[in-house]
Amino acid sequence: MVVLTLEAVSRWSIPVLVFFFLLLGWVRRVPVYEAFIQGAGEGFQTAIRIIPYLVAMFVAIKVFRVSGALEIMAHACAPVLRLFGAPVEILPLAIMRPLSGSSALGLATELIKTYGPDSFIGRLASVMQGSTDTTFFVLTVYFGSVGIRRYRHAVILGLLADLSGLFASIWICNHLFK
Amino acid sequence: MINLIWLFLILGGIAVAACNGRIDLVTETFFGAANDGVRVCLDLIGLMTLWMGMLEVARQAGLIRLLARLVRPLTVILFPDIPPQHPAMGAIIMNISANILGLGNAATPFGLKAMQELQKLNPWPDTASNAMCTFLALNTSCIVLIPATIVGVRVAAGSINATEIVAPTIFATGFSMFFVIMLDIIWRSYLKAGHRRRRKW
Repeated sequence: MVVLTLEAVSRWSIPVLVFFFLLLGWVRRVPVYEAFIQGAGEGFQTAIRIIPYLVAMFVAIKVFRVSGALEIMAHACAPVLRLFGAPVEILPLAIMRPLSGSSALGLATELIKTYGPDSFIGRLASVMQGSTDTTFFVLTVYFGSVGIRRYRHAVILGLLADLSGLFASIWICNHLFK
Repeated sequence: MINLIWLFLILGGIAVAACNGRIDLVTETFFGAANDGVRVCLDLIGLMTLWMGMLEVARQAGLIRLLARLVRPLTVILFPDIPPQHPAMGAIIMNISANILGLGNAATPFGLKAMQELQKLNPWPDTASNAMCTFLALNTSCIVLIPATIVGVRVAAGSINATEIVAPTIFATGFSMFFVIMLDIIWRSYLKAGHRRRRKW
């Protein structure tokens, strides 16, 4: 039942949104086609402007992971997480989550498949995946699109958002599923 | 800060690769990842063009200003630098709503529109403004009501109760959103208390 509702929402929301935007435009006598073309022109420049930022970030993240530095960092952090009742297996996911969305989803899927979706690790990995964000992707793309190079406290706030999401996930999973 | 993290990732990666005897992987990874970065941007072009067009229709219809007016009380607390009813607020609200509903691919164009609007109010074009930092903090910590992707993965893996993780996810994201908003408010009042804006950050 809940699954069906979730599926329905994710299937319907985009078409409904577009329908609503255009209907509203029509009712308010906006020349919808001309307005669309006028706005759409910006899309290309915005996407192109992001390229240097994204290449810088992708190269750094990929080399960090492929070299094995990620595993070393995971081992170094293990004692801290064990203190909070998190299994060591989820560490690579915890570190990868703010850096790269697609690799984090890959890691989470692997954990869920290996340990089973209804195991403690599977549930924790699911909650973690849903409750933290790819902070570096967001920072890179959002600031890149308007040419900002000095990020100020946005980096710290973003990382603290991930960290607090991570610890909140561990805490709630320990309470509900153990 | 971002300089240090970037240096750490690349120098650390190369050093570890050298110790592990994987040094030839580094060269390969550099070129591969650079291509991936460009490919992601190219994939974004279609999406951005479509949604920027739709957003212009919504803007001309007055929807973005209407949204900005609706959330005025929140604007005053979270974004004191944005004039009330500024279109930036409308775009921010649309981005946050898309995040809450788990509409990842609509959220990014809405967010970039919000950044453009915020940039118009920014006195230093190469430095993030306070409002931008607040917006990105909200965006990355945002509460999620429908974690559709991960529920899908769980269903595919044969879970007997795929949606049991929805409530804990709402709790964890709600907590981190509250925590980060508090931190941001504290940080801003600290900046205001006489400390000049340090542009080096």
